[in-house]
Amino acid sequence: MIPASFDYQRAASAEEAVSMLREHGEEAKLLAGGHSLLPLMKLRLATPSVVIDVGRIRELSYVRDGGDQVSIGALTRHRDVETSELLQREVPILAHVAGLVGDPQVRHRGTIGGSLAHGDPASDLPAVVLALGGTLVVQGPGGRRDIPATEFFQGFLETALAPEEMLVEIRVPKARGGWSYQKFNRRAIDWAIVGVAAVRNGTTGVALVNMGPVPLRASAVEQALAGGASAADAAALAAEGTDPSADLNASVEYRQHLARVLVRRALEEAGA
Amino acid sequence: MTVTGVPADGRIGTPLLRKEDPPLLTGEARFVEDLVVPGALHAAVLRSPHANARIRSLDISGALASPGVVAAFTGADLREEWAQPLPCAWPVTADIKIPEHLPLAVEHVSYGGDAVAVVVGESREAAVDALDAVVVDYEPLPAVVDLQEALTDRVVVHESLGSNRCYTWSLIPDPAAVDSAFAEAAHVVKERYVQQRLIPNAMETRGVCVVPQPFGGDYTIYSATQIPHILKVMLGIVTGIPEQKLRVVAPWVGGGFGSKLNVYAEEALCLALARRLKRPVRWTEERIENAQATIQGRGMIQEIELAADRDGRVRAVRVNLLADMGAYLQLVTPGIPLLGAFLYHGVYDIPAYAFTCTGVFTTKTPTDAYRGTGRPEATYAIERAMDALARQLGLDPAEVRRRNFVATEKFPYSSAAGLVFDSGDYGPALDQALELAAYEATRKEQQDRRNAGANKRIGIGLSCYVEMCGLAPSRVLASLNYSAGGWEAATVRLMATGKVQVVTGSTPHGQGHETCWSQIVADRLGVDPDDVDVVSGDTALSPAGMDTYGSRSLSVGGVAVWQATEKVIAKARAIAAHQMEASEEDLELVGGSFQVKGTPSRSMAIQAVAFEAFTAHNLPDGMEPGLEAQVTYDPPNFTFPFGTHVAVVEVDSETGDVDLVRYVAVDDCGNQVNPMIVEGQVHGGVVQGIAQALYEEAVYDQDGNLRTSTLTDYLVPSAAEVPSFTLGHTVTPSPTNPMGVKGVGEAGTIASTPAVMNAVLDALAPLGVTALDMPASPQRVWEAMERAKKAAEREER
Repeated sequence: MIPASFDYQRAASAEEAVSMLREHGEEAKLLAGGHSLLPLMKLRLATPSVVIDVGRIRELSYVRDGGDQVSIGALTRHRDVETSELLQREVPILAHVAGLVGDPQVRHRGTIGGSLAHGDPASDLPAVVLALGGTLVVQGPGGRRDIPATEFFQGFLETALAPEEMLVEIRVPKARGGWSYQKFNRRAIDWAIVGVAAVRNGTTGVALVNMGPVPLRASAVEQALAGGASAADAAALAAEGTDPSADLNASVEYRQHLARVLVRRALEEAGA
Repeated sequence: MTVTGVPADGRIGTPLLRKEDPPLLTGEARFVEDLVVPGALHAAVLRSPHANARIRSLDISGALASPGVVAAFTGADLREEWAQPLPCAWPVTADIKIPEHLPLAVEHVSYGGDAVAVVVGESREAAVDALDAVVVDYEPLPAVVDLQEALTDRVVVHESLGSNRCYTWSLIPDPAAVDSAFAEAAHVVKERYVQQRLIPNAMETRGVCVVPQPFGGDYTIYSATQIPHILKVMLGIVTGIPEQKLRVVAPWVGGGFGSKLNVYAEEALCLALARRLKRPVRWTEERIENAQATIQGRGMIQEIELAADRDGRVRAVRVNLLADMGAYLQLVTPGIPLLGAFLYHGVYDIPAYAFTCTGVFTTKTPTDAYRGTGRPEATYAIERAMDALARQLGLDPAEVRRRNFVATEKFPYSSAAGLVFDSGDYGPALDQALELAAYEATRKEQQDRRNAGANKRIGIGLSCYVEMCGLAPSRVLASLNYSAGGWEAATVRLMATGKVQVVTGSTPHGQGHETCWSQIVADRLGVDPDDVDVVSGDTALSPAGMDTYGSRSLSVGGVAVWQATEKVIAKARAIAAHQMEASEEDLELVGGSFQVKGTPSRSMAIQAVAFEAFTAHNLPDGMEPGLEAQVTYDPPNFTFPFGTHVAVVEVDSETGDVDLVRYVAVDDCGNQVNPMIVEGQVHGGVVQGIAQALYEEAVYDQDGNLRTSTLTDYLVPSAAEVPSFTLGHTVTPSPTNPMGVKGVGEAGTIASTPAVMNAVLDALAPLGVTALDMPASPQRVWEAMERAKKAAEREER
């Protein structure tokens, strides 16, 4: 559990981090809370020659009211998302789910931006941002650009981030309607075997955790609901368009079954 | 440091706060990895990625050329270092097959994790990095994973042994009685259970640091071990270094659960490398290595049959085991099933008994002792079988148990398996547990939910257990072909200033020996427990000992401390009588002072007696100076803790998720020295048993790869996964020892696994599910429900 040797650099700002990324190219990795990158490095599954520490860029740790949406700095810790009164009031599902990530130690170190940029389909927060219809703001050498969450997750641990770009902000619409997050796992600290985020905000957004190589919208369910289907009928479509893998916890068939059960429960709880 | 808690004067029976905790909580406790040893070299071990392979070639030149590397060796390079292979101290039968087990494999590897080369560097990082530069050409061979497949010998793990059958051991005192009981039985229950392999996962992984002494040719071996005394003997045998040249120190040790009750390759390697390189050599185990190369527990297939009469009274039990040895025999691997072999009748008065066990080699990590060691397996089998019998009879599981309990008036009870149970009173523990669990009300709620077709179904599981602690009467160990005794040594010494030093051969690794030994001495002598110092875990300071395992510490080592204290008191009484010019019979020891009976004003404090013994100015004629006594206690019998645990679960009949909602443990460990430590042992033990029922499994694929080598995949539960426990006790003192104590370190683990599994099956039985393997994971429960549903549909058609 000893990582291969690497150079360590610390960025004082997003601009500096981006210029370091330009300098080192694909050999470099950004380090925020370290809860995804460091385990991979210790197992030598990731062997970056340069680690650029962005964890101390304090100006990217915030939760701000943006009118009809809330803006969250990418380096905001899960614990600060969980306890933000603004989020608890305006986007309660996000505050709630941030409190389900890992354990207290993880939540005090891990960041929302790190979780989203890692793009793990088993993580909780990507699905929530998807269900909310959020936007990711990234900074590159040429300035900032916005990427809709629906276009951000592109493959297993692959995102729309270019090698020289850094995620700096997450924007989510205020969503005070019904919501539900169903996290099915065996231990509190584990990733979800299957998870479901459902948010009623005009329409109903439904997203799935660990049902494919990327965090997914349950499009068939959403369309059925928009077409007036009952929660139970819509939930029966939960496995459509998914591509779950099998692991020690669940077969493909079991994951599909769980998705249907959990989507139904989520829709019922959200009042969809 | 200010601590608040239950006020306790430290006497026996009071919840004195643990003396061990301040250094542990403040980080002052020093584990092997914390020891600062200037000039120490770091060893890293290259391990086989194959379960079974021939080594065609092995090239270490790249590692030798790596920066910071001092030396590197193959198994062949070190072959001459070993006077003997790694030891198996329990060859259970005369014809047992024992494969040669060298610290580094030569020519052939037999499990994924088998050590093939060692690199020694100036830093740990240098050594670990250089492992990548070792080139090994393996010729992979088929893995042997399944026990029944192994018995076919289609692939033989150790070709020189000719077979994967390691041994067969039987205990059938009266075969005719067993046969006739089954022939006449009104009801026969036949069940098959799988004890999945478990990874012990002590919080501190293993570690060793060997320091050649600058003078005298001696070696000090610091090791995260439960057994420094046994290790010293064994490392002497393996390396050929005379035992008296070795000093083994177990500093603070962060748990073991049996996994550190062993003699490991890396301990021998570091000693041999220190001898060869003439420098200190250390090694710290990584967590993945801990999963692969530290012993695993359980690993059995159990077949159990009960023969019962019309009323549900069990007349015979017949057990057949296959026990997974893994690739090699570690220190006591073959003996593990034997520690449960006498207990498959559980708490029941069953007159006919048959037990047979076959040990089987596989290409997996060796198995060995893991918390409970044989007794959890036995308890699981009989307690699940009793539930199966209850279902067959349509009786409440509590009622079936009650009908079969060994009656209290039968103690001391001679069992059909050949043990004499010194004491027992099983009914009251069951009664108390049922009351604490609100059994009747819960049964009613269970029925209400079934009637309402509720999704979340309730299951209630009972487990009535008895185990054997106090390992062990040495003559009994001889009859089982074990290579050592079961005694324990203690010295109690009053020093010049009146402080007390206790030297114990019982080596702690988290239990609380220091606190309990202090309480025993404080209680008997009437001194402050803070004035008692306990020395342990260092073979130079505590030369005699048999160490800590099998819940033996209190009922063997603690009794030795008690007896040594009594000897000290006897000598002190003689000195006090001499000084006070009174007769010994007239003196009583009250509150730490000898008083003349009826004249409390005439007294002499024990500390003053100690000073007199030290100066020796005025001792009785012929008496030796000093006030100390040494005792080596060999217990006349085992002790037999018992109790009843009740688990209540909710099973989500859509997802298969099992939620443990209530847990009641009523344990009888006899007299308690420190009830807080007893509670702690029960809590930890219960969680570890729940872990086997619901969470943990060392999963191997068909190629023999361990798929659960990290704590992400191997699911050790935490406090978040279990409810708050309800504990109760009954107290039936053991008549075997003067303290009336029995042992409690493993009781929770022994009792809880069957309680939880019985609860899960109790919830699932109405759905047609009667068989379920562990762990009862959501997917496994869901699949069992689906199978039952499909079977029911087929029947309807």
